[in-house]
Amino acid sequence: MFWTKVKRIIRTGFFNFWRDSTVSLASVLVMMVTLLVIGLISFSGAILNTTLVELKNKIDINVTFVTSAEEEAILELKHTIESLPEVSLVTYVSREEALTLFKERHASDQSILSALDELGENPLGAVLNIKARDPAQYASVAEFLEGGNALSPDTVNIIDRVNYFQNKAAIDKLTRVISSADKLGFALTIFLATISILIAFNTIRLTIYLARDEISVMRLVGASMTYIQGPFVVLGVIYGVVAGISTLILLLPLTYWLGGTTESFFIGFNIFSYYLRHFLEIAFIIMASGIFIGALSSALAIRKYLKV
Amino acid sequence: MIVFDRVSKVYPDSSVALEEVTLSIEPKEFVSIVGPSGAGKTTLLKLFLAEEKPTEGAVYYESANIHSLTKKEMDIFRRKVGMVFQDFRLLPNKTVYENIAFTMEAAGRTDEEIESDVPHVLELVDLTPKVWNFPHELSGGEKQRVAIARALVNEPDIIIADEPTGNLDPANTYDIVQILKKINDLGTTVILATHNKGIIDLLKRRVVAIEHGRVVRDDKSGKYFV
Repeated sequence: MFWTKVKRIIRTGFFNFWRDSTVSLASVLVMMVTLLVIGLISFSGAILNTTLVELKNKIDINVTFVTSAEEEAILELKHTIESLPEVSLVTYVSREEALTLFKERHASDQSILSALDELGENPLGAVLNIKARDPAQYASVAEFLEGGNALSPDTVNIIDRVNYFQNKAAIDKLTRVISSADKLGFALTIFLATISILIAFNTIRLTIYLARDEISVMRLVGASMTYIQGPFVVLGVIYGVVAGISTLILLLPLTYWLGGTTESFFIGFNIFSYYLRHFLEIAFIIMASGIFIGALSSALAIRKYLKV
Repeated sequence: MIVFDRVSKVYPDSSVALEEVTLSIEPKEFVSIVGPSGAGKTTLLKLFLAEEKPTEGAVYYESANIHSLTKKEMDIFRRKVGMVFQDFRLLPNKTVYENIAFTMEAAGRTDEEIESDVPHVLELVDLTPKVWNFPHELSGGEKQRVAIARALVNEPDIIIADEPTGNLDPANTYDIVQILKKINDLGTTVILATHNKGIIDLLKRRVVAIEHGRVVRDDKSGKYFV
C-alpha cells in the first residue's frame, strides 16, 4: 500500500503540473529568475576572487636603467637580485627589446611613432622586471634597490627609476575597492536571494490558494494530510527541477555572450569557460536550491488550507 | 445512529445559527431537513461533518463525539460519510473517472478495486459515456450525478446532501431524488437539506423543519408545512 500511495502522489503531482499548464509556466518562470539570481551570485563571487588573485600577480617591480648603462653592469645587477631569497624571477629587457615593445604598443599612434623617428636614437633604457615570491616582500626588494646597496660603491648609479612605489599605491587602492565590492556583493547577494526566494514562495502559495476549494473537498472526502500535501510537494519539486534545468540551459548562451566582455573587463576571467569548468558544482547549487525552494514552499503554503 | 445533543452554534459576529437543537437519526433512515434559507440547515450539516465546531452541546456518531476525534479518526469517519453539495464541488482538474477514483484512493483502496468499482457506480448514476470528461464539460445535472457517484463509491453509512437540487431544473431534480431514494433503499442513511417543497411531497419520508435555528417540527409522515 505504501508504494501504491507514493506512486499515486507522484502521478497526481505530474498531472497537476500538466493540466494547470499556465500556472505551472508562471511558477517555473518566477522560479527561474530566483535560480538565475543564485547562479549569477556564484559567478560574481568567482569573478571578484579571480580578479583579486590576478591583481596580486600583476604586482612587480620594474627597474629602468639610464640609457648609458652598460649591459654587463645590468646583467651583473640582475645576478645580484636573483640571489636575493625574496625574488622568484628576474627578466631582462634590453633597450632594443624595450623599443620594439614600445612600438608594438603604439603601433596605431602615428604621432608617437613619428616623434620617435625624429628623435633618431633609442630613448628607452633597459628594464629589469622583478617578481617576488610573495607580494608582501616587494617593499624590501624595492628598498634594497632604491637604497643603492645593489651596486658596488665605485660605479655610477645606472638606475633611472624604480616604479614599484607608484604602482603600489594604485594596486593597494584597487585591492581595497575589490574587497569592499566583495562585502557589498555579499550583502546584495543575501538581499537578492531573500527577495527572490520570497517571490518564488509567494507564487507557489498562490498556486495552492487557487486550489484551496479542491483541498477542502479532499479533506471532506477523508483524504489524509500526506495524501493531500504530497502531490503539491511533488508539484513544487517539479517546478524546481524544470526551472533548474531551464536556468542551466539559459546560462549557456548568457555566459557565452558575456564571456568576451568579462574577459577584457576582469583580467582574464571568462565567465563562459568558468561556467563550463565548474558546471557540476553550479548545476548542483541551482538544482538543489530549486528543489529545496519548491518543496519547502509547497509544504509550508499548503498547511494553511489543511485545517478543515 | 446520529445524535445532536442540545447543540448551539453562535458565529463570531454573534449571529445565532442554531439554538439547543436536539435530534436523533436512526440508521437507514431518510431524513429531510427543511426550512427557509438562513434557517440553519447547512450549519447543522457542517457540524456533523466537523467543518464547524458547536458553541455548546455535542454531536455523536455511533456514540463517539465527532468533535473530539483525532485527525486520523476524523479521516476514517469522513470516509463513512458521502457528501453531495449544491455547488457539486468536483475537482476541476480531474476527469469524472479521476474525481471518483480520488475518493477511493484517499480511502486507501487498491487499484483493482478502483478499476472495478468506478465504472459500476457510474452506471448506477447513468454517466458511463462521460467517464473521461472534465467537470466543465458537463451539465449541472450531470455534475450532480458525478458528485453522487463520488459520495457513493466508498459505500458510506451515511449520505449527506445539502440542497443537491438547488441549481437544477425540475427534470434533473426528479432524477436526483430518485437516485437518493434508491440509495436509501439499498440501506444507506440519507440526510437531505432542502427548501424545495416538491421534493418533500415526492419522498413521503421523515421531515425535520428548522426555523431561526430551532427545530420547529419533526414529522414522520413527510409533509412540508413551513
